[in-house]
Amino acid sequence: MNLDMMAMQAFTGLSVFTILTLMALGLAIVFGLMGVINMAHGELMAMGAYTTYFTSLFFASYLPSLFGIYFLVGIVLAFFVTFIFGWALERGLIRFLYKRPLDTMLATWGLSLILQQLFRQFINAKEVEVTTVSWLKGAWQVTENVSLPLSRIFIIVLAVVTAAAVYAFLYRTRWGLRIRAVTQNRAMAGAAGINTERVDAFTFALGCGLAGIAGSSFTMLASTGPTTGQAYIVDTFIVVVFGGVESLLGTIASAFMIGQMQAWFEYSMSGSMARAGILLLVIVVLYFRPNGLFATKVRRA
Amino acid sequence: MATPAPQTTASAPRGSNLWGVGSFLLLAALLLVVFPLAMDVFRLGLAAKYLSLAFCAVGIVLVWGYGGILSLGQGVFFGLGSYFMAMFLKLESAGNADSSSGTALSAFFGTAGLPDFMAWNSVEVLPWWWEPFHHVSFTILAILIGPPLVAFVLGYANFRKRVGGVYFSIVTLALAAIMAIVIIGQQGYTGGVNGITDFKTFLGMDLDTDRAKVVMYFITAGLLLLCVLFGAFILRSRLGRVLVAIRDREDRVRFSGYDPALFKAFIFAVAALFSALGGALFTMQVGLASPSLVGIVPSVEMVIYAAVGGRLSLIGAVYGALLVGWAKTFFSENFVEFWPYFIGVLFMVVVMFLPTGLAGLVDRLRGRFLRREGH
Repeated sequence: MNLDMMAMQAFTGLSVFTILTLMALGLAIVFGLMGVINMAHGELMAMGAYTTYFTSLFFASYLPSLFGIYFLVGIVLAFFVTFIFGWALERGLIRFLYKRPLDTMLATWGLSLILQQLFRQFINAKEVEVTTVSWLKGAWQVTENVSLPLSRIFIIVLAVVTAAAVYAFLYRTRWGLRIRAVTQNRAMAGAAGINTERVDAFTFALGCGLAGIAGSSFTMLASTGPTTGQAYIVDTFIVVVFGGVESLLGTIASAFMIGQMQAWFEYSMSGSMARAGILLLVIVVLYFRPNGLFATKVRRA
Repeated sequence: MATPAPQTTASAPRGSNLWGVGSFLLLAALLLVVFPLAMDVFRLGLAAKYLSLAFCAVGIVLVWGYGGILSLGQGVFFGLGSYFMAMFLKLESAGNADSSSGTALSAFFGTAGLPDFMAWNSVEVLPWWWEPFHHVSFTILAILIGPPLVAFVLGYANFRKRVGGVYFSIVTLALAAIMAIVIIGQQGYTGGVNGITDFKTFLGMDLDTDRAKVVMYFITAGLLLLCVLFGAFILRSRLGRVLVAIRDREDRVRFSGYDPALFKAFIFAVAALFSALGGALFTMQVGLASPSLVGIVPSVEMVIYAAVGGRLSLIGAVYGALLVGWAKTFFSENFVEFWPYFIGVLFMVVVMFLPTGLAGLVDRLRGRFLRREGH
C-alpha cells in the first residue's frame, strides 16, 4: 500500500466519520440527554432526504435559474420539517412514555413501520435520486492519484458546522442552558422556573431536526428509499452507545473511531462483514466499558 | 438461607389459581381439539407456523414481563434453532439419492453429499462445523444446549457488568443485525439470502404428506403447552419471585445477597431455549431456514406477539402470536399494503393504552364482574 492509497483510505475514514457524526448527533441529544430511544430516528432521516428531494423538484420546475442553491435551501427545509414533526411526536406520543423507556422503543418502532409504508405508498416505492448541483460534482484532484469527491468534502464541512452549532447552542445560549439544566436535575430546574415540558419538546424536536439535516446531506451520496432509515438506525445507535450516551464529544470521538475502523475493515474484507465485525467489536467494548468509552463519572440519584 | 417468600400475591385477583388452570385447559382444548377439527391441513399448517413463533412470545413474557429485560434479538435464538435443524435436514437430503435436490447435479459437480447451494457457490468440501450435523442426536442436543448457552453467557456477562435496560436491548438488536449480516454475507456456508431450503424428509419420514403435517402440528402444540407449563412453574417457584423482585427493585435484591445477574441470565437462557425449539419446529414444518426470520424486523415483531397477548401472561402470548399471525396472513391475502400500518398502529396502541395486553383486559373485566357479584 503506497502513500496515495493511504491518503485515500484516511479520507474515506474521515468521510464515514462525518456521516456517522451527522447521523448520531441528533440521536445523541434525544437518547443521550433525554434518555429516549427513538427507533423512528432513521425514518426522520429519510424524511429529511425526501424533503430535499422535493425541494430539488420544486426548484427544477419553478426556479431553474436558482437550481444551484436548492441544496442549501433543502437542508434548511429538511431541518424545519423534521423539527416540527419531532415536536408533534413528542407532544402526541413520547411525553406519555418517559417513565417507560422500553415501551418507547416499541411505540417508536411502530411509528417507523408506519412512516416507511407512507413513504412507499405516497412518495415512491422505488429509490429516488436527486440531481447533484453542478458545484458539488467532480472531485478535487490533490495529486495525480488522489482525488477527493467534492460532495464528500461538503459533508465534512457540513458536519463540522453542525457539530459546532450544536455545541454552541447547548453551551452558549439560554435555551441550551435550560436543556442542560432539565437533563441534569429536572425537579430543580422546574423549581427554578423552567418550563420543563416545553424544554422536553424542544430538545426532542431539535434532535429530530438534526436527523433531518443528516438525511438531507445523504441524498448526495446515495439514493433515498422507504427503507433507507432502517439501514442506518443500528449504526447510529451503536455510535451513540459506544461513545457513552451522556457526552456529545464522546459521540463524535466514537463516530471517528468507528468511521476509521469501517474504512480499514472494508479494505481487508467485504463491506457487510466489516459491518458485522464492527458491531461485534462494539458489543465486546461495551462489556468492558458498559457506559461507553467516554462516559463521564457522575453519581446518579 | 433466605426466608421463604410469603405465599400471598397481593395483586392477583381472587381465585386466580383456578382461573389460571382453567385458562390453560381452555388453551389446550383449543389447540389440541378445536383447531384440528375445524381446520383443513393448509390452515392447520399455518396455525403450526404461528405456534412455532409463539414459543418466542412465551419466552419474551418470561424475560420482558417478569424479568424486565426487553430482548430485541430473540430472532437470533429462533434462527439458531432453525438453522441447526435445517443443516441436519439439508445434509440428510443431500445424502439421500431419492431427493429432488439434484443428485444429477451433484454427480456432475462431483460433490455428492454436499448441500446444493454449496456446490453453486463453489464450496467443494463440507465445512468442519457442518460435519456433526449429520447426526440427529447431535443436532437435537445442539438445538437444546447451544442457544441457551449462548444466551446465558451473553446475558451473564452483560448483566454482571450491569448493562441493562435499553442498553441491553440495543446489544440484542445489534446481535440480530450481526447474525442476519453474517448469514447473508457467507452465502457459500449458510445459503445466503435464500436461506436453506428444499428438504423433504426427517430421518427418512416424508415431511410433505398431510399425515406428517398433522403429526407435526400436534407435536408443536404439545411442546408449546409444555413450555407454557414450564414457564408457569418457574414463575410460581421462589426463583420466579426473585425475578419479579429484580424487575421491580434490582438494587434491593442485590443488597439482600442475591446475584441478580445469575437470575436474569437464567431466564434469558430459558427464553432462548423456547425460541430455539420454535425455530427448529418452524423449519421442519415450513421447510425453510431464512435470514428473514433472524434479523431486526422479525425479532422486534416477536415482541408485539407478547405485547398484544399481554406481557404478564404466558397463555396470552400464545393468543397474541396466533392473532397477529392470522392478521398478517389476512392482510397479505387481501390488502398487503395495509399490513405495516396495522402492525405499526398495533405497536403504538398496545403500548399506550393496553400495556398489559389482552390478558390485562380480560383480567380487568373479570375483576369488574367479580366485584359486582360480591355486592
